[in-house]
Amino acid sequence: MTDLSELKSKYANLIESVTDLGNLDEIRVAALGKKGEVSLQMRTLGKMSVEEKKVMGPALNGLKNELAALVEARKSVLEGEALNAALASETLDMTLPVTTDTGTLHPVMQVMEEMAVIFADMGFSVAEGPDIEDDFHNFTALNFPVGHPARDMHDTFFLAPDSEGNKMVLRTHTSPVQIRTMMSQKPPIRIIVPGRTYRCDSDQTHTPMFHQVEGLVIDKTTHMGHLKGCLMDFISAFFETEVETRFRPHHFPFTEPSAEMDVRYERVGDEIRIGQGDKWMEILGCGMVHPNVLINCGLDPDEYQGFAFGMGVDRLAMLKYGMPDLRDMFASDQRWLGHYGFSPLLQANLATGLS
Amino acid sequence: MKFSLSWLKEHLKTDAGIDEVVEAMTLAGLEVEEVENPAEKLAAFSIAKVVSAEKHPDADKLKVCQVQTKDGMKQIVCGAPNARADMTVAFAPLGAYIPGLDFSLDKKPRKIRGIDSSGMMCSSKELEMGDDHDGIMDLDNGLEMGMSLADALELNDPVIDFEVTPNRPDWLGVDNIARDLAAVGLGEWITPSVEPVKGTFPCPITIEIDANEACPVFSGRVIRGVKNGPSPEWLQTKLKAIGLKPISALVDITNFMTYDRARPLHVYDTSKVTGTMRARLGAGETFTALDDKEYTCAGTMCVIADDTRVLGLGGIMGGTHSGCSEETTDVLLESAYFDPLTTRRSAKTLGINSDAKYRFERGVDTGFVVNGLEMATKLILEICGGEASEVVVAGEVPAPPEPIAFDPKLNKRLTGLDIEHAEMVRILETLGFDIDASGDIWTVSVPSHRRDCKLGADLVEEIARTHGLHQMEAKSLPVERGRREPTATPLQNKIRRARRALANQGLSEAVTWSFSSRAHAKVFDGGDAALVLDNPISSDLDCMRPSALIHLLLAGQRSADKGYPASALFEAGPTYQSQAPNGQAPTIAGMRRIESKRDWQGDSVPDAFTAKEDAFAALSAMGAKVDNLQMSKPTGSYWHPGRSGRLQMGPKNILADFGELHPSVLKALGIEGRVCAFEIWPDAVPAGRKKASKAKGALSISDLMPVHRDFAFIVPEDMGADKLLRAVKGADKALITDVSLFDVYQGKGVDEGFKSLALDVTLSPKSETLTDKDIEAVTLKIIAQAKKSGAELRG
Repeated sequence: MTDLSELKSKYANLIESVTDLGNLDEIRVAALGKKGEVSLQMRTLGKMSVEEKKVMGPALNGLKNELAALVEARKSVLEGEALNAALASETLDMTLPVTTDTGTLHPVMQVMEEMAVIFADMGFSVAEGPDIEDDFHNFTALNFPVGHPARDMHDTFFLAPDSEGNKMVLRTHTSPVQIRTMMSQKPPIRIIVPGRTYRCDSDQTHTPMFHQVEGLVIDKTTHMGHLKGCLMDFISAFFETEVETRFRPHHFPFTEPSAEMDVRYERVGDEIRIGQGDKWMEILGCGMVHPNVLINCGLDPDEYQGFAFGMGVDRLAMLKYGMPDLRDMFASDQRWLGHYGFSPLLQANLATGLS
Repeated sequence: MKFSLSWLKEHLKTDAGIDEVVEAMTLAGLEVEEVENPAEKLAAFSIAKVVSAEKHPDADKLKVCQVQTKDGMKQIVCGAPNARADMTVAFAPLGAYIPGLDFSLDKKPRKIRGIDSSGMMCSSKELEMGDDHDGIMDLDNGLEMGMSLADALELNDPVIDFEVTPNRPDWLGVDNIARDLAAVGLGEWITPSVEPVKGTFPCPITIEIDANEACPVFSGRVIRGVKNGPSPEWLQTKLKAIGLKPISALVDITNFMTYDRARPLHVYDTSKVTGTMRARLGAGETFTALDDKEYTCAGTMCVIADDTRVLGLGGIMGGTHSGCSEETTDVLLESAYFDPLTTRRSAKTLGINSDAKYRFERGVDTGFVVNGLEMATKLILEICGGEASEVVVAGEVPAPPEPIAFDPKLNKRLTGLDIEHAEMVRILETLGFDIDASGDIWTVSVPSHRRDCKLGADLVEEIARTHGLHQMEAKSLPVERGRREPTATPLQNKIRRARRALANQGLSEAVTWSFSSRAHAKVFDGGDAALVLDNPISSDLDCMRPSALIHLLLAGQRSADKGYPASALFEAGPTYQSQAPNGQAPTIAGMRRIESKRDWQGDSVPDAFTAKEDAFAALSAMGAKVDNLQMSKPTGSYWHPGRSGRLQMGPKNILADFGELHPSVLKALGIEGRVCAFEIWPDAVPAGRKKASKAKGALSISDLMPVHRDFAFIVPEDMGADKLLRAVKGADKALITDVSLFDVYQGKGVDEGFKSLALDVTLSPKSETLTDKDIEAVTLKIIAQAKKSGAELRG
C-alpha cells in the first residue's frame, strides 16, 4: 500500500504545477476518477479489518476531499487566468466618437408655452382663432370706426377681393379671438390667445408675420387694478426675476381706459437686462374692454366688465433670451436654431421652472 | 407732434423743468418719443469780445486777434474778413467739437503761419445755425462776455416730440397739451381768450357751400392792405425750433395757428380769386397744389373753388394759383371745418399729406372755427398791418357733442381707484368739461375739442389717467379655489407632444412665413386665387401657403448654400385651403435633406423610411395607434410617386403623408439633391377616449414561455408587406402576439417579380404550455391566411 501522504504530495504537486484546464481534469481523473489512485485505494477498504477501517476510512476520505478542493481551487485560478487572457484581446478604443442627434424647439414656441404656464396658474385657458379674418372681427367689432386713422396704425394685409369687392384681412392682432370668444361663450371668461399676426412692414424690428399673445378677462368685478396686478405678476414670473414696472395711460380703440406697461432695463455691453436699471421699455398694451366691444359681442356693459391685453411674443423672447435680430427668428438657420433653441425634454412648468 | 418748452410755457404757468414736463406727459398718456435741446451741442461755446485785430505779419488774409474770453485773454488767428476790434463773437475753446464742421479743435494751441492760435471764433454755419460762412457771427454788443452762447441766443429751449394717439387730435395744438398738464397739477392753464377783431367794411367776397357734408361750415374775411414780408423773429424762432421752415408772415401765421391751436387755416390772394368762393365737390378738374404737384379732384373730394377754377383741396392743401407772395396786398382768410372721413379718403386717394390734412382727418375743434379766424386776423393785423372786413360764415358749425350721463361710481367699478367726487370734478373741469353734479347721476357737458368722449368709460379714463395710473393699487387676479380642469385643449397637447417627439428624432423646430410665393404654392397644389394677397410685402410672399414644407425646403437650401447641407427641420403651423375659418388647418411638417452622414460605424443616409419613422414618432406621441393605420398613396402631386405613403384610419381620415418629395417639385423650388419629408394633420389623430377613471386597468401577463416560429413567404414584388403582416397577425388573434419582419429578399432562389418576406411570429400561450399539436395547428392557420393574402410559403 502506498503511503497516503506520498499520494497526497504527489497529486498536490501535480495540481499546483498544471497550467492547462484539460490537464487538470486528467489529473483529477487519475486521482479521483473511477479508476483513479485514490478511488482504487478506497476499494481496498472492504477487505480491511474493523480497526484498520477506522483509521484508513477517514484518512482516505480526507485525502479525497483535500485533493478535490485543490483541484477546484486550481480550476478557479486557471479559469480566471484564461478569462483574463481572453479579455486582454477584447479591447476597444473607447475614445471613438458616438453621436446623439437631438433637435431643438423654437424659442417662440418655448416662450408661448411659458406664457401658457404662467397664465394657467391664474386660471386662463388657451384659445385660438383663424389667421384670415373679416373686417368685422379684426376691426369693426373692436371699435375701430370705418375710415378712422386708428386703422392706419395697423399696416393691414388684404386678400384678393371677392366678387362684391369685399376683402378679407390677415389678422393684424390676436384681438379678433376676443370677439369670437365673447360671442360664443358666456362669462366668466379668462383666456389667452397666442398666435400668428401679420402687418405689412419689414425692417430690423418688424417682420410681416409675428406672434402675439392676447389676454381677456370678463366677469362682473374685475377692474383695472386687477389688470395692473395680473400683468405685474406675469412679467416678473416670465423674466424669472423681480421686474420694476410702470403703468401709464395710452389709447387703443377697443379698451377704455387704456394703458401701456413699461419695464426697467439696463444695457450691459450688447446685452439688454430686464428688471432693474435706469431706462424704461414699453412691453405691452392693455385696458378695460371698451363698452362698445362688449355691446358688439352681445354683453351688457352695465353687467359685465373686464380687461384685455396684448403683447409681442417674439420681442419678449428676444428680450428674455437675447436674440439680437427679429428677422433671424423666421430664417430657420440650423445653427441659429441649435444655439437659441430649447431641449425637447424641457417642459416649462412652475414646479421645475420655466427654462 | 413737436413743441418747445418755451411755447408750452405760453399756455402753462409752471416752474417745471424739462424733466418734470416729460415725466408728467408720460404719466398722463402723452408718450414722449424724443427730447432735443439745441443748447446741448452748444455747451462749449460762449460770448467773447475781440479787443484787437491786427493783420498777420506773414499772411494777407489772416488777422491776429486778442480776445477777451471767459478763460481770460486769448490770441486767436482768424481768417474772417469781418473780424475787427470791439466785436462780440461766439468763442470755441481748444478741444471744442464744431458741429458744422464735424471735427474737434486741437487740445493745444496751434501755430498758424508761425503764430499761436488758442481757439476759434465761429460762423453761423460752423454752429449749424445758418448758412453764413463768409464771416464769423457778429453778435449783439449788449451780450455779456462769458455768457453761454445758448443762453445768449435764447436757444436753451428743449423741443419735445411725442406720439399723438388717434383719439386726441386736440393734442396737435400746444394749448391743449397745456390743459392736460394743468389737470395733472403741473401748473396753471393760462391760454388767453380770443379777442374778436371788429370788421371795418363788409366782406367783398361771397362764400358759399355746395357740399354740406364734406364742409359743414366755412368762415372767412378779407384783410386788405397787408404787407407780406418775412415774419418777425419770435415767430421764426418758434417754427424753426420744431423743424418748420419760415416762409412768409402770412404762411407762418397759419402754421403757428396749426401748432398752437390745432387750427389749420388758409390764406388766398384775392387778386387771384374770381367771383364767389365755394366749397364744393370736385368735378374731375386738375390743379397744381403748393407742393408743385398736379392733382385731379374727383367727385368724392371737397375743393375750394372760385368761379373759374379749383383753388385748393379743402382741408388738405391750397393751390399755387391763389397762393400768397411778397406782392400780395389783399387776402381772404379761411377757417372751415372739413369732414374727417372725406379729408382722409381724398388724401389717401391722391397720396398727399399736410399738417392741415393730419388735423382735419382726426377732427379739429368745431368750437374754434370762428375764434380761429379772429385770432389769426389779430396776428395778421399786428404783423402785416392792413384792415379786416366783417366775418362771413357760410353753413353751420356742427352741433356740440352730446352731454354724458355719468355715474361717478363707475370710476371705482372700472378702475378700483377711490377718488373723491370733488377731485373728479376738478379734473374734468380743468380738462374743459362742464359738470352738473347735483344728482346721483351727473350731467357732464363735453367740450367741442373732446369729441372722443362719448361714454362714462371715457370720463373714467380722463379721471384715472389724470389722477395717475401709477398711483393705482395693483391687485393679483383672484384665483378660484378648488379643482381646475387643465387649460390646454387636447389638440394643443397633441401638437406639443409631437413637437417634442420630432426634436428627439433629431429634427429642429423652425417657424416660417404663413405666406409663400404663389408659384411655389401652386407646386404644392395650392395658389388658389382667393388666397393671394392684395398687397403683398414682396412677390416671394404673396400667397397663403398650402404646405409648411415650402419654407423648410428653401431654408434647407439656404443652409446648404452656406456649406451646411444636412438640414433636418420641422414646423408646427397653419396651412390654408380657403379664406374660411375652417379652411385653415394645423399641420406638422418636416423634412430631411438626403445627405450621407459619414461615420466610422457605417454611413447613414436618411431616406423615405426615415420620414416614416419621423411620422410614426410624432403620431404615436400624439396617441395614435400607429400599428393599426392603413397605408395608401398620397394624393398630393408633390410626392415621389413610388417612394411615398399615406397613413389613414378609414377612407377619409388622413393622418399623415410621408416619403421622398417629387424631384420636379424640388427643381421648381431650386432645391438641389433629394429630400424626404412628412406632413401630419393633428386634427385627424383621434382623441383618446375619455374614461370614467384614470386607472389603467389590470395587467394580464402569462407566466408561460412564448414560442417563436419563423416563416418565409413568397409574395409578388408589388404587394405591400403590411398586407401579409396583417394576414398573419389575424390568423389567431389570441395566440399570435407579435409578427416581426426580419428579412426582405429578392434574387437567386426567388422568381423574377417576386420577393421573399421572412417573419418571426411570437406565440404567447395564456393558460397552458403549447403542445406540438397546438403549434402545428396555428402554423397551418398562418399559412392559410397568408395564402389568402397572396403569399406562398417559401419551399
